[in-house]
Amino acid sequence: MMAATVREMEWEMIPRDVPILLCRTPAGFPSPAQDDMEEPIDIGAWLIEKPAASYLMRVDGHSMTGAGIHDGDLIVVSRAETPRAGRIVVALVHGDRTLKRLARLDGRLWLVPEAEGYPHIIVDEHVEIWGVVTALARRFL
Amino acid sequence: MGRGDSACPALPVSAPIALQDANNFYVSCERAFDSSLRGVPAIVLSNNDGCAIARSAEAKALGIKMGDPLHLIRDKVQKHGIAVRSSNYALYADMQRRILAAIEPLVRDVEIYSIDENFLDLEGFEDRDLVAHCQEIRARVEQWTTIPSCVGIGATKTLAKLGNAAAKKNPLFDGVADMRDDRVRRWVMDRFAVGDVWGVGSATAARLDELGIRTAGQLADMQMKAARGLGTVVLERLVAELNGVRASAVELVAPQRKGMAVTRSFGKPVTDMETLMGAVAQYAMRAGEKLRQHGLVAARLTVFFHTNRHKTGAPQYAASRTMALHPMTADSFELIAAARRGVERSWRDGFAYSKAGVMLDDLLSADKRPRTLFEDDQAHAKRDRLLGALDDINGRFGKFTAVPGVQGFERNWRLRSERKSPAWTTRIDEVPRVRAG
Repeated sequence: MMAATVREMEWEMIPRDVPILLCRTPAGFPSPAQDDMEEPIDIGAWLIEKPAASYLMRVDGHSMTGAGIHDGDLIVVSRAETPRAGRIVVALVHGDRTLKRLARLDGRLWLVPEAEGYPHIIVDEHVEIWGVVTALARRFL
Repeated sequence: MGRGDSACPALPVSAPIALQDANNFYVSCERAFDSSLRGVPAIVLSNNDGCAIARSAEAKALGIKMGDPLHLIRDKVQKHGIAVRSSNYALYADMQRRILAAIEPLVRDVEIYSIDENFLDLEGFEDRDLVAHCQEIRARVEQWTTIPSCVGIGATKTLAKLGNAAAKKNPLFDGVADMRDDRVRRWVMDRFAVGDVWGVGSATAARLDELGIRTAGQLADMQMKAARGLGTVVLERLVAELNGVRASAVELVAPQRKGMAVTRSFGKPVTDMETLMGAVAQYAMRAGEKLRQHGLVAARLTVFFHTNRHKTGAPQYAASRTMALHPMTADSFELIAAARRGVERSWRDGFAYSKAGVMLDDLLSADKRPRTLFEDDQAHAKRDRLLGALDDINGRFGKFTAVPGVQGFERNWRLRSERKSPAWTTRIDEVPRVRAG
């Protein structure tokens, strides 16, 4: 029978003077950057915090230009965030997807555009808040 | 399994298992981004727009059955305005990924059973109210993905699966049925037929019927010896599982694949050998990918192609050639070569071929593969890396992005999928549009 015991060891018990080989060093000059290697920046990961609950959508129209969201912009819509007054949301109004800011006016919730000439929509049984806009992406070229 | 030699073995206390199963998954995925499909009867068609493979509750209520060919239900579709979609696997796979991500933090482990069914290991969660916990899982999945699902909880997979069926069938369960609860279990067992028990085929159900065993409960009460006498190991294990004893009936119900096939109908008939070769090579490629995914090798490959049997006036020909693969392999290049030889030997001019396929059988786990003399391990390793890279590219950028040269690049024989929704979540040019107006 073979037997083995595993005992916890105090740090002090590890001999200090024994060099520990941590990585294979090729003969030649070691890269001075080896310890500082990092992944390149992933803008997608930064824009989309919860990918499993987030959906990309393309903006069609000008009613949110006051909020800095323009026609053709790409937005990140999260279903993990709670729709609260003050947040920009994607809502289904009679089944149509629309982009508005959720606002509380006179004690009621409204979908409010941020440009002149677009109507407010009261949140009633025909409105379903689909997700909360968490980020925006736009390319100039 | 057994826990000692006590004369009267108690029911083993095993950690609970749950089965989470999305409701009408494909239709629910389609509805996530197309609200015109909500509340109306809707179906999703199989590859090549052949048959209904997913039906909304409304479509089921209209009598549309699983697998109904579209051409047989056209009248119903028109009369009731049933919405019809081609299958959109890019979308379904992405939604599955999201569902898994939603579930994973809430369970110990997930075992994917199919694209819309997941077994959840709830070990370590026993001290909680598991019905409430599974309600939370359902709510999280629906919140993140819009996709509704039901959950069955049980001591074994078979019980969890049965519980899931009950939760789907009866709204009283509110989506979660806990088969560990004696009242629930008895209620379900008395109401579900043996044929509804996972793994009981119609032949077995008929034989059980002769013995007067008609409900799941009666099956659970069956003597193990009698179950064995009926001829199948699966049945014996199912009886054990229905009694809360894990007997890995599941592995027997879905064994390591004995054989697999990649077959498809052509969007338009194929009349020349090169086009057929291209299609067949692509199927062989895909079959190899599947083999490697499951860590299997095959000993035999069959390639077949035939004319449209329903066109009775047209000249008919059906070819099928089986090639031995020696040594056993999962190498797409070798599979393609074998498939090509098969086509060359059986090709006949002058016919309009409507369907072709590649089948593999005599499958074996790759590590049990008999090794042949003179195997060049280094060449093997190199080939494995190349195939791995191919799978990787095809997985990441879409099927058949990278293909060996012989596969042919013209794909005019491709599938019909005329009513396919956009790749809403996987292609930046096809993401949903939202009106700012």
